[in-house]
Amino acid sequence: MSSTATVLAAATDTGTGEAVTFWVLGPLAVLAALGMLASKKAVHSALLLALTMLSLAVLYLAQDAPFLGVVQVVVYTGAVMMLFLFVLMLVGVDSADSLVETLRGQRVAAVLGAVGFGALLVFALGDAVVTNEGLDQANSEGNVEGLANLIFARYVFAFEVTSALLITAAIGAMVLAHRERHLPKITQRDLSVQRFRGGQYPAPLPSPGVYARHNAVDTPALLPDGTPADASVSRVLAARGDVRSIPEQASTTAIERAAPRREDDGS
Amino acid sequence: MSTYLAAAEPATAEATGVLALGWLLIALPLLGAAVLLLGGRRTDRWGHLFGTAMPALACLIALAQFAALLERDAEERSVGSHLFSWIPVGALEVEVGLLLDPLSMCFVLLVTFVGTLIHVYSIGYMAHDPDRRRFFGYLNLFVAAMLLLVLADSFLVLYVGWEGVGLASYLLIGFWSYNPTYAAAAKKAFVANRVGDFGLSVAVLIMFAQFGGVSFSEVFAGAEGASEGVLTVLGLMLLLAACGKSAQFPLQSWLGDAMAGPTPVSALIHAATMVTAGVYLVVRSAPVFEGAPDAQLVVVIVGAVTLLFGAAIGCAKDDIKKALAASTMSQIGYMMLAAGLGPVGYAFAIFHLLTHGFFKAGLFLGAGSVMHGMGDQVNMRRFGGLSSVMKVTWVTFAFGWLAIIGFPGLSGFWSKDKIIEAAYVGDGWRPWVFGTAALVGAGITAFYMTRLFVMTFHGKRRWTDDVHPHESPLVMTVPLMVLAVGSALLGLALGPTGAIAHWLEPVVGAHGEEEPVIAVTLLTTLTVVLVLAGAALAWLTYERRPVATTAPRGSWLTRAARRDLYQDTVNESLLMHPGAWLTRSLVFFDNRGVDGTVNGLAALLGGTSARLRRLQTGFVRSYALSMFAGAAVVVGAMLLVRL
Amino acid sequence: MNPMNYVYLSAVLFSIGAAGVLLRRNAIVVFMCVELMLNACNLAFVTFSRMEGNLDGQVIAFFVMVVAAAEVVVGLAIIVTIVRTRRSASVDGANLLKY
Repeated sequence: MSSTATVLAAATDTGTGEAVTFWVLGPLAVLAALGMLASKKAVHSALLLALTMLSLAVLYLAQDAPFLGVVQVVVYTGAVMMLFLFVLMLVGVDSADSLVETLRGQRVAAVLGAVGFGALLVFALGDAVVTNEGLDQANSEGNVEGLANLIFARYVFAFEVTSALLITAAIGAMVLAHRERHLPKITQRDLSVQRFRGGQYPAPLPSPGVYARHNAVDTPALLPDGTPADASVSRVLAARGDVRSIPEQASTTAIERAAPRREDDGS
Repeated sequence: MSTYLAAAEPATAEATGVLALGWLLIALPLLGAAVLLLGGRRTDRWGHLFGTAMPALACLIALAQFAALLERDAEERSVGSHLFSWIPVGALEVEVGLLLDPLSMCFVLLVTFVGTLIHVYSIGYMAHDPDRRRFFGYLNLFVAAMLLLVLADSFLVLYVGWEGVGLASYLLIGFWSYNPTYAAAAKKAFVANRVGDFGLSVAVLIMFAQFGGVSFSEVFAGAEGASEGVLTVLGLMLLLAACGKSAQFPLQSWLGDAMAGPTPVSALIHAATMVTAGVYLVVRSAPVFEGAPDAQLVVVIVGAVTLLFGAAIGCAKDDIKKALAASTMSQIGYMMLAAGLGPVGYAFAIFHLLTHGFFKAGLFLGAGSVMHGMGDQVNMRRFGGLSSVMKVTWVTFAFGWLAIIGFPGLSGFWSKDKIIEAAYVGDGWRPWVFGTAALVGAGITAFYMTRLFVMTFHGKRRWTDDVHPHESPLVMTVPLMVLAVGSALLGLALGPTGAIAHWLEPVVGAHGEEEPVIAVTLLTTLTVVLVLAGAALAWLTYERRPVATTAPRGSWLTRAARRDLYQDTVNESLLMHPGAWLTRSLVFFDNRGVDGTVNGLAALLGGTSARLRRLQTGFVRSYALSMFAGAAVVVGAMLLVRL
Repeated sequence: MNPMNYVYLSAVLFSIGAAGVLLRRNAIVVFMCVELMLNACNLAFVTFSRMEGNLDGQVIAFFVMVVAAAEVVVGLAIIVTIVRTRRSASVDGANLLKY
């Protein structure tokens, strides 16, 4: 790092404003990314990722890529991250993940691998020959026009292919998310027809008897001809044998009228 | 020797006229086999007739061809017909063709004629067997394979026929395979044959490697210039094949057990035709053996050993079929001996083969007739005195008996006497040893065949109570009569007239006019005296004195002969048990060593994988961590390279 | 100030994002960390653009934003589906695909 390096460094230096932007937003992006990695709730992760992406968008703008910066904001932070949030809401926005590792050695290996890979990249990049041509010339007609010239001329084929890819992806997503209906939808009319056709008792059940001396749920109601209405007593009580017979409760005349019939009933 | 070789390769003319029908000889029985075996029960009613008609037709064609050959000059009697190209791969060109020459003609006539007679006989013999149709199908298959064997014009096609007769033999020995003993006998024959077949396949491979071809003409042309070492190895391999097929020492053990098959099978396959295929192979390969005197010597030794071996066993057996089987082995030993003697013996080997085909088939069929009458008994100690109740069988059997012992004037006399003479030709120790072996063998043959004959047809009746001997039906006795006529007259027709020698001369060469070391007349007299002595001894022993119904203990030699001179024991202790032990150890090695390595490797990989897969936790963050680590390594590496 | 400081900032933010992906279990937060990594890259691109004196770096940053937008749409839809079926947004919960 002698004089040539100083000269090189001078040649490749960026402006002070950009350096300030970088040193503010770069650590911010890294911290947000680490936070995304560490947060228990997926929603927090999504928001922190959005923060990282916004930081990157600004960094794009700082590097003479206004179009990509805007696309980054619109597509990523606008569309993609919102899609993530939608899906999170579908899955359950409140759920918190357990961060306990279940695979043995996975955490150590993953951290070592990631750190090693990063170190490898950084180490390799340290030797790279650095130039800083700048985009002033390429952007002379404006960044969007410059990109358009490339996309619609040199990369037009790739562009068309990506359009096919997008359509395929849209259809694929629809197919995947579609839920097949195997039976016709049941309308309210169908439900009520079903209710009356079933042969069950459609109306509310009669209330228990009126010859109450106390809480009378165990005493059947009497029909107009004097016979007890079995449906007026809970089936549970009937099964337990806790139903009181009419004669115990009714007046004498009622007993005299009702008793022979009851014996005929054989109950 | 060069003149001999020139004679051994007569120019083969392309077949014309009836001679071009050689393929029909094979196709007809093959058709019969196919129809009978594939036709199923539908063919049950007429299958036996159809199966008999096929070899009969083949026999007629063979006779016509024989007549056509007779019209030709001796030098032009070898005709070939090319059928199709079988294996045209690179340097190996195997053409399937048929070679009809005097040698194969002899076999074709023997196989079709005797085969037809035995088919006719089987109609009666197998009348009550529910599987008669299948039996005829197998017989036809055998005839087809045998004809392919003798008509082949290359060793590879011969090999096909060779395996075919082995298969048919296996199927027929095990025809009653519901009996485990018979099934085992079939398997034993098959395995023993396989040892021989191995020799033949090695021989074919050697031929291809050394001579570049496997057809007879290529091989014999190549043999002329080949080294003696190659020819010796080739000859020994061919001899191994012949030993397997012809039940020669040391592969003889299967023949006795092969008697498990129905008697017509024993007559056709294990007496008349298939077992003589080894002799055919040796004679056919004469140019190879001519160049390898050592191999020839081994052939002679094998023949001599087998003829005495079989004769010794024949003396002790009480089972009529096994005694005949031992006799077959012994007689083929004679043929093998003659074939090993070279040009002086080839013609007589074939001659004896032909006469033996007739009289041994007759003897077996006669034995079958006896068994048929005696309720399938085979123990000769339970026979005796059958001459009065089975007159036709008795007379025809007598012809066969007299023929085989070499009674003057009958077939065996002419052929066997010539072999004994030929064995005495030469110088040094060989004629004395081999000639004497053949001479002694003739005496022993006379003894055991007379014993067999007398025990069966003469002496007291020692029947079990439940048998009612009766003469066999005409369909069985007519073939017996025909064969008896053949046994009586064939030798006379071919031997003294020199017909057979002249007929075969274009193929096997002229046999020299060398004199035996003993004068021919003396030798003939000696042979006849020995034969008469052996027969008389047997007569005195088994006719004059009562025969025990249970075998007496006998001397150690008798006991050994009853057990086939311990051949099975030797095979078991030398081959079977070490083989089984080897197999067991190989299985052990395979299970522990090979499988252990493979399984161990698999277990190692499996265990490692089981541990490694634990890395696949399903936790996406772990995966992300490894991805991240990988990315870091890549970045680090890139930086390192650049720095 | 040396413009390389922007690049250092970018590297630091990227590493923080990567650590977040590896450490957090909530799928939505993990996704936010991915967005942070993308933004860090964008910052580097913009800085390189400025240092080299042409606009290509900005164009690439623009495309990265477009792709990121598409990715967010699909990714969030997937997360919604997962949450709907599993009643949890934990990335450790969905671990059935394993040994």
